[in-house]
Amino acid sequence: MTASTHGLRLRSGSHALRAGVELLSSMRFAIALLTVICIASVIGTVLKQNEPLSNYINQFGPFWAQVFLAASLDAVYSAWWFLLILAFLVVSTSLCIARNTPRILADLRSFKENIRVQGLRAFGLRAEAPLDGEAPEAAARRIGQQLAGGGWKVKLQHREGGPDNGWMVAARAGGANKWGYIAAHGAIVLICLGGLLDGDLIVRAQTWFNGKSVYHGGGLITDVPAQHRLAVSNPTFRGNVLVPEGGQSSVAILNQGSGVLLQELPFAIELKKFIVDYYSTGMPKLFASEVVLHDLATGESKEARIEVNHPASWKGVQIYQSSFDDGGSRVKLQAMPMTAGGRRFELEGNIGGSTALSDGQDKLTLEYTALRVINVENFAGMQGSGADVRRVDLQSHLGSAATAGKSRELRNIGPSIGYKLRDASGQAREFQNYMVPVAMDEDGPPVFLLGVREQPDQPFRYLRVPADEQGAMDGYLHLRDALADEGLRRQAVDRYVARVLDPARTEQVEQLRVSATRALGLFAGVERMKPVADGALQRSAGGWQAIAEFIDLQVPEAERERAGQVLVRVVNEVLFELLNLSRERAGQAPLPMDGKSQAWLTQAVLSLSDAHFYPAPMALMLTDFTQVQASVFQVARAPGRNVVYLGCALLIVGIFAMLYVRERRLWVWVAPAAGGGSSVVMALSSNRRNQDTDREFAHLCSRLLGRAEPTKDNEP
Amino acid sequence: MNTTTLTLHESWYARRSLFDWVFAAIVAAAGLFAFARYQPSMDVYEKVILLAAIPALVWLGWFWRPLRVLALVVGAAALLAIASYQGDLARAEQVFWLKYFLSSQSAILWMSVLFFMSTVFYWLGFFGGEKTALTLAAARGSLAHEGAPAALGRPGGGTFADAMERIGSRIAWAAVTMALIGTMVRWYESHQIGPDIGHIPVSNLYEVFVLFCWLTTAFYLYFEERYATRALGAFVMLVVSAAVGFLLWYTLVRGAHEIQPLVPALQSWWMKLHVPANFIGYGTFALAAMVAFAYLIKQQADETRWWRLAPIWLLGAALCFVPIAFRQRGVAEAGGSYWVGYATISALIAAGILLGRRRIAARLPSFEVLDDVMYKSIAVGFAFFTIATVLGALWAADAWGGYWSWDPKETWALIVWLNYAAWLHMRLVKGLRGSLASWWALVGLAVTTFAFLGVNMFLSGLHSYGTL
Repeated sequence: MTASTHGLRLRSGSHALRAGVELLSSMRFAIALLTVICIASVIGTVLKQNEPLSNYINQFGPFWAQVFLAASLDAVYSAWWFLLILAFLVVSTSLCIARNTPRILADLRSFKENIRVQGLRAFGLRAEAPLDGEAPEAAARRIGQQLAGGGWKVKLQHREGGPDNGWMVAARAGGANKWGYIAAHGAIVLICLGGLLDGDLIVRAQTWFNGKSVYHGGGLITDVPAQHRLAVSNPTFRGNVLVPEGGQSSVAILNQGSGVLLQELPFAIELKKFIVDYYSTGMPKLFASEVVLHDLATGESKEARIEVNHPASWKGVQIYQSSFDDGGSRVKLQAMPMTAGGRRFELEGNIGGSTALSDGQDKLTLEYTALRVINVENFAGMQGSGADVRRVDLQSHLGSAATAGKSRELRNIGPSIGYKLRDASGQAREFQNYMVPVAMDEDGPPVFLLGVREQPDQPFRYLRVPADEQGAMDGYLHLRDALADEGLRRQAVDRYVARVLDPARTEQVEQLRVSATRALGLFAGVERMKPVADGALQRSAGGWQAIAEFIDLQVPEAERERAGQVLVRVVNEVLFELLNLSRERAGQAPLPMDGKSQAWLTQAVLSLSDAHFYPAPMALMLTDFTQVQASVFQVARAPGRNVVYLGCALLIVGIFAMLYVRERRLWVWVAPAAGGGSSVVMALSSNRRNQDTDREFAHLCSRLLGRAEPTKDNEP
Repeated sequence: MNTTTLTLHESWYARRSLFDWVFAAIVAAAGLFAFARYQPSMDVYEKVILLAAIPALVWLGWFWRPLRVLALVVGAAALLAIASYQGDLARAEQVFWLKYFLSSQSAILWMSVLFFMSTVFYWLGFFGGEKTALTLAAARGSLAHEGAPAALGRPGGGTFADAMERIGSRIAWAAVTMALIGTMVRWYESHQIGPDIGHIPVSNLYEVFVLFCWLTTAFYLYFEERYATRALGAFVMLVVSAAVGFLLWYTLVRGAHEIQPLVPALQSWWMKLHVPANFIGYGTFALAAMVAFAYLIKQQADETRWWRLAPIWLLGAALCFVPIAFRQRGVAEAGGSYWVGYATISALIAAGILLGRRRIAARLPSFEVLDDVMYKSIAVGFAFFTIATVLGALWAADAWGGYWSWDPKETWALIVWLNYAAWLHMRLVKGLRGSLASWWALVGLAVTTFAFLGVNMFLSGLHSYGTL
């Protein structure tokens, strides 16, 4: 008996209605719907789900974005048609089970012992044999007991009178196969029902029926009005809670596409401490939050430690470690002027806050965005905040931190501050400055890294400012100020000329002084070239670019290389004099002409050159900070969980039963034969005919009948 | 009246040999020793897993006898390696046995070489030697359930082809042994690197590829014995060799063999159950797909119209091209010449197989046997894949926030599950067999590969490993 796969056949109603009902309740329709579900699921994995509308417009253009949204492809798994198909499949499977179960149960109880002996001879797996010296009843009982001992369920029937005279042994095994069918398909229904209960539907139902609506604005949680808040009694939800260290929160945020709903929790989560631990390779080892849960109704408290893979559970709500963020760290910054003549000043603020800056004409808004206390090299992907710690890929590498050739020394290069400067028109640039100078290569001095980027999807570009022997930026800044001072420039040129040329050769001295002054002036950006014959103008503000443009525009091609070398050397040496002048002005001893100073100067000159491109009047350096971390928890209530787990268990048991237990029926007809013995007709039927069944029949023949093989060939 | 009660089957325990009991005793002793020694550092779930592994391993060894020898050899070799290390990983450069055989990287490289050699020998088995008694015996499928190796010493088995196949089979066993030794030693080595770094080696793409290789081969060797035919080895070892090829590229170009500590998301006892169960599924699905390929080749044995053969050739070449599609960056990159060579070889292999299809078809077992192997393979794979998906959902309920988040990996696991559920439905309820079932099994491999690798690499999600 096989479960039927066609649909319900009505007995009355119009032809269309009957055909329709049959189609809707048939297995082929269910399979077609499952295919649709598969395709929709695949779309859901390829198309990023639940992103704001602007992302889709950016990626696909306005037309396709509208099409996708109309078909709910941005939230496929909670789309109305998806859920409808799933619901339909659940109903269809339930009907299938309901239709088949009575038949199965009846079948499981019956032994079909009334089968005609002639019928046995029509089976594919059959055998006929004599049993000498064994009376029919004794033979039947023996066979019955053997079968019963081997796990079969046996029924003996004695037939007298009429054409058949003898004993029928009707046996059955493998009923678990049918139970498996019921279990597996029932499990699917259970899993779908449980999953439906735990899904988005109940939350959305509250927006349809309970008068709640999605909140699209911003601002503080406490200011959000009540119609956007779900009550504590909401049975199903999954949302996020951000709790800063030392603070507590009892409201979870449920993302609903373009807006949010707030969920009141029955307890408040207080974060005592957030712990991050690292392996010696620099990879993160542990994210843990030590929390105290306060019951809002009774005042009871409970301590817990929440880690990835170790959630906490209280009052039916599960709390998972999902992510971490900055909880409003306090930072102290010092502004280093990047243009000559600017002044330093100090600032204080909190991450997430902002300050207005003004120098009289330009107004800038400073937004403190990120404090990263640890920056381990090669971990560009791991952001300090917003990192989802449940991810498997925390470092964009697969199974290895670096290729075998590279050195695996991973250093922590210290804290960094990230901030944005927004001008009056609303355009913002992002900056990232490291607190401590970093030794980038062995020969050069340690450098301060000042990072800039215009767009969030670009990588940072860094200006490297060398640190002086006190490890500060002052040496560089003094040099920069001296470069802007005309008097000092003149003095530096004089010193340089005096050093390299004999003062007696006045003409050469004068030439050198003029060209050195010119070169230095170009470099400093105070001297602009006169426009050339074809109207080409100098574009660069200063630095090596200006010198390069000068060479390209003013020097004939053949001499460019030599001119370049000469100019570079002149500028370098003048700047060295200028450096010592600036040190004198600051009351420090002049530097000797050795390799270390040379390296420092080279780096400083590069920085001076690049500083013309730094798009802000100052660089804010981190001087002090008090880090406050925040832990982001995912909280969930899932009442259907146990239903789903029961379904899973039934599914596994059912599948194993269906695949590995074959349902078989065996009939042995023992009739009296001449001479006091018996003659036997035996037949085996199975719901699955394959080599295993053949083998089993051969085995039964040999054991029950004492024969090595069945008398007839196995035919399908 | 005579009251002898004859039994239908001998008691299962009565059929155990002395070696069975010795094996059981050794496994129990080893397991209990490990339990006693390491229980302070295991949580309650891990203890349960260790204790449950003892009867599971004993049952496996009793179910399929060669596993007993395999387990004992692997155990002995791993213990030898541990003893040679003496707690100092630097000894891998000094001690001869460690440096050239037993250290995990050496063992895995041996595994790779042996898998390649096994493939070659199996293919040599198609050339030289006519249809022998082996195929007739295979068509009857006359093998006892618990593996009587004597049946494989078939009459007329002295031909060159049979000898090649026999060598191929033995080398495959050696490769599985080396793979397991490498895995066990790698487990030990990870514990020696640092106090919290030790973990079972199924945690990243490199380690699971080793797992895939030996699981697929082990299942294949089981079916090889059960159906008394070695002809399928050539086909199944193709997919194993492809996996080994990827593994070698990954080692040489990306240095993936380094042992990395576990990220917080993977620090869980669930990994010990979920990952191996998944790979039983993946391995058997790959095996079934290769048998399906053999089925189609055998079907086309007498086909001479080239345009009818074209789909199979394209499919064969396409299967080899799959790894290349996963390279998101340009093929002509570091290691790019490796891939170009790989592509050329794949196209040649597919063409070569088709050219030799008549000879191959003659040596392959009957359609019925091929069909049965496909069905059995997918059945066991489906059952374990169900377990693996359920375990994954239970793990997600511990780690991610809920048992089902429509994460791309979860969704694709569902799709693979539905695909094979449909295949089994069609076969069991409608009796679907033959070439349609074979094509379906091959397409199923593509779906499985995407769910295994593609999701990790192309789609982002909590399960993603990032680009290669």
